[in-house]
Amino acid sequence: MTTNMITPDQAMVDGLAEEMRRDPRVITFGEGTATKHYELVEEFGRKRVRNTPLAEGIIAGTAAGAAATGLRPVVDLLFAPFLTFAMEELVNSAGKLRFISGGQFSFPMVAIARTGAGWAVGGQHNHNIESWFVHSPGIKVVMPSTAADFKGLMKSAIRDENPVMFFADIGLLHTPGEVPEGDNVVPIGKAALRREGSDVSLISYGKTVGKCLEAANLLLAEGISAEVIDLRSLKPLDEAGVLSSVLKTGRAVVVHEASGICGVGAEVAAIIAEKAFSQLKAPVVRITGPDAPPAASYPLEQAFVPQPDRIAAAARRICA
Amino acid sequence: MTTVESIVDRSVTQKLETMLLIRTFEEKSAELKAAGHSPSMCTSVGQEASAVGVISALDERDLILTNHRSAGHLLARGADPNRVMAEIHGKATGYCGGKSGSLHISVKEIGVILTSTIVGGELSLATGVGLSLQMLEMQGIATVFFGDGAATEGIFHESVNLAAVWDLPVLYVCENNQWQAYVHRKETMRIDHISEWGARYGIRTATVDGNDVEAVAAAARDAVAYIRETGKPFLLETYTYRLRGHMEPDDQAYVDKEELSRWRSKDPITALERKLVTDGVLTATELAAMKETVRKKVEAAAQFAITSPYPTLDQLTAGVYA
Repeated sequence: MTTNMITPDQAMVDGLAEEMRRDPRVITFGEGTATKHYELVEEFGRKRVRNTPLAEGIIAGTAAGAAATGLRPVVDLLFAPFLTFAMEELVNSAGKLRFISGGQFSFPMVAIARTGAGWAVGGQHNHNIESWFVHSPGIKVVMPSTAADFKGLMKSAIRDENPVMFFADIGLLHTPGEVPEGDNVVPIGKAALRREGSDVSLISYGKTVGKCLEAANLLLAEGISAEVIDLRSLKPLDEAGVLSSVLKTGRAVVVHEASGICGVGAEVAAIIAEKAFSQLKAPVVRITGPDAPPAASYPLEQAFVPQPDRIAAAARRICA
Repeated sequence: MTTVESIVDRSVTQKLETMLLIRTFEEKSAELKAAGHSPSMCTSVGQEASAVGVISALDERDLILTNHRSAGHLLARGADPNRVMAEIHGKATGYCGGKSGSLHISVKEIGVILTSTIVGGELSLATGVGLSLQMLEMQGIATVFFGDGAATEGIFHESVNLAAVWDLPVLYVCENNQWQAYVHRKETMRIDHISEWGARYGIRTATVDGNDVEAVAAAARDAVAYIRETGKPFLLETYTYRLRGHMEPDDQAYVDKEELSRWRSKDPITALERKLVTDGVLTATELAAMKETVRKKVEAAAQFAITSPYPTLDQLTAGVYA
């Protein structure tokens, strides 16, 4: 298969453009969407590619209303902390009204939000709140780590009949990666095995997948074979993928940048404890960001993120 | 399937009958709640002329978004009283299978869609419905009913502003009933008319006596004609009063007695009855017969709701995801 080196930022847009070509019901709008993506405006016109006021509530609500009545909107809400202005529309309307109405309506829409360390923007532009949406019924949540998955998951999210939250890790957006040419759709709900190993499973998503791969290299030098699982989709979560890895290795380190309390890692650890306890050779360990707003200052911002040495140390401890 | 055209008779006697149906239905709902038959609900008693007048100006292409005070809008649009009552009771035969209860009843087959009980929720969705109508060239109008309470929320201003800049075919209907749950409007805003706010966003607006069904119908017809011709939004304020409390049961101890009695004397139903009998449009006998027809219909709805089964427990998680 032919591949191209493309940034995740561009891969998302490529995925969107392909779906807009494929389905005239797909439209996109947000704060500066038409300004930033003149190529989309040129190809699809101002009706399907729109700028909006700086008002996340009405952007998300408009998307939900449009999704329920025949369109398939993709909205860009910029930074994850801005989602707090759109919680009502995303959680109470898009997430719940299918069930509440007895299945009369569906909400095929995608909301994009950026988050994570990388731009030194501080706690009102950087806050990994993906688990809030995992806890909200009716909504699917994805957070890719590779350029190919940014594109493939965007395509799946647009084709999905449910509202999908698409979290884009800021730290990954501008590093090019291999993206296969063509209609490469990555299914929602399927984790990816990034590296095979036999002693410990490092389970992560977003930019900390890369940190886990670096940790696995450190561990290999010491004779520890680490497997790396990239969840990619946080809801639905690939329970079978997680369990098959942990049943093989008997050890798990769950890693993410979001703070640990009630984070996705807590759910993964609980699944392992409930369904693989008898096979565990050591307690499950979580390595996460702290219960604090991320600081803007670069060294503090980076220290918020689980780094390879911390992940390797945790794995070493439970492999001892 | 029920069609809207088959139900919406636009004659004034039919309007009165629909208003009586709404009043009787809601008073029966409150009575059943008091008797322990159903959970609580919010009525629109006193606001029937607004619902019936506006909906009489719409046709089958148009879509309606409503809120927690929805029985009037649903019944005016031709919803089956049996199934609305069953939904209030949480029964499987309700329009949403009992999953909504009274607060967010939608009936897609008659175009009453995306009902939200979050005050202002309907306003955030209406622009999206308007966008679909515009982009998919469906010819209809998105009509959204909300109150003065919702108008004090940021989302009202976001919604009207976006509809204005995108030229969306949305009819905003503010039923200014003077009450925001347990707080009087005068405590939360310095102006008297929501239409003043609408006008500031560059859209056309009007305020009408919300207790006069023919005046509401005429104002709504003008608004609808303007939206169909221009594709642009319009805000119609129906100035009215919530005669019962926020949520049943409610002793209204917090309500100014003088104000309540003043508005009771302007009850939209008694005013219309008096007018039609005085003008010779209806005889007293015909009016009595009309009331009896309505009473029987509502009694049948109550019986249907009470005797209908609850949803089976497999519905607990059914339909969360598509």
